[in-house]
Amino acid sequence: MSLKAFHIVFVAASVILMAFLSGWSFLAYQETHSMEYLVWSLCAAISVVGLVIYGRFFLRKLRNISFL
Amino acid sequence: MEIPYTYKPRPDTGLYNAKVGIWLFLASEIMLFGALFSAYILLRVSAPVGFWPDVALAWPRGLLNIPIGTFNTAVLITSSVTVVLAWAALKMNNFARFRVYMVITVLCAFAFLGIKSFEYNDKFSHYVIRLQDGKALTGHIEVDGKHPRFWNFSDQWSVAKLAEQKVAKIKVEVDPERDINGHPKKGASHGHEVREIAVSDIVSLGSYTPATHPFFAVYFLITALHGLHVLGGALVLGYFAFPGAKMWKSNPEQFINRIEVGGLFWHFVDLVWIFLFPVVYLL
Repeated sequence: MSLKAFHIVFVAASVILMAFLSGWSFLAYQETHSMEYLVWSLCAAISVVGLVIYGRFFLRKLRNISFL
Repeated sequence: MEIPYTYKPRPDTGLYNAKVGIWLFLASEIMLFGALFSAYILLRVSAPVGFWPDVALAWPRGLLNIPIGTFNTAVLITSSVTVVLAWAALKMNNFARFRVYMVITVLCAFAFLGIKSFEYNDKFSHYVIRLQDGKALTGHIEVDGKHPRFWNFSDQWSVAKLAEQKVAKIKVEVDPERDINGHPKKGASHGHEVREIAVSDIVSLGSYTPATHPFFAVYFLITALHGLHVLGGALVLGYFAFPGAKMWKSNPEQFINRIEVGGLFWHFVDLVWIFLFPVVYLL
């Protein structure tokens, strides 16, 4: 597996982590009604979108490099 | 004698030697971290139910600073992006850009370690104090006007040491009350109430260090081992960015492969953190 392929795996794992963090923070907000957790949840959700956009950009930029 | 397959792929594996080597090494690393993660999870699920420190061996929750942990996660994700962009810059024959991205990667690594040492320092001055009336409280302590520092083991306090040094009272910045999930209790003050406690009222005193609870033992073991990997990776990538970059002129293809191998290790180290952060900080 090349660095390109491993980077895609890494970005996918980061997306899952940020989605989890967003959900975790939202549940904590529902439990505590603390606005900090809601802001945290929104920031994590925004970073999910950011990482997906970056992943697409990365694939386009390195389309000529092999996955092996 | 020239070493074969340093940049050309071997016909049987389809890969150059260093890439096979790094993946074998990473396989052994997966087993090492996998064993430590398993130890953490088994201790976690077999811990008594309840709120630590009221229940002595219950699993502590909410003790780690989630905003700092998240910031460190963002720092490592950024470093993985820059290391892959450094490799891509070399593939596109742009050495100046490669060096810029590599320097950013190394700076991110040292930023991560700096923030982690700040977290460690906080834990070494954070204490759980069990009192004669059966109550337990947690907070940062101050003895003779000084906070313990993590790089100085003589700063670590116990009841025996306090008695030996004839300390009559200590100051404690008591933590806000938390619920069983580690979240601050509704209506609990976010500030720290400062209390003076007589040493004669204290049954035991222990900092948030490995000897105090299995959570801290595994937390420090895994994060310190991970930190050593970050340090090692940063030194190697720093070497490639400056003294080792001479190879770019003599053998550019092998140099690109070295950067790829270094990048694969770096991604692995960051991926360990991607798993470590939710397990240790959130769950």
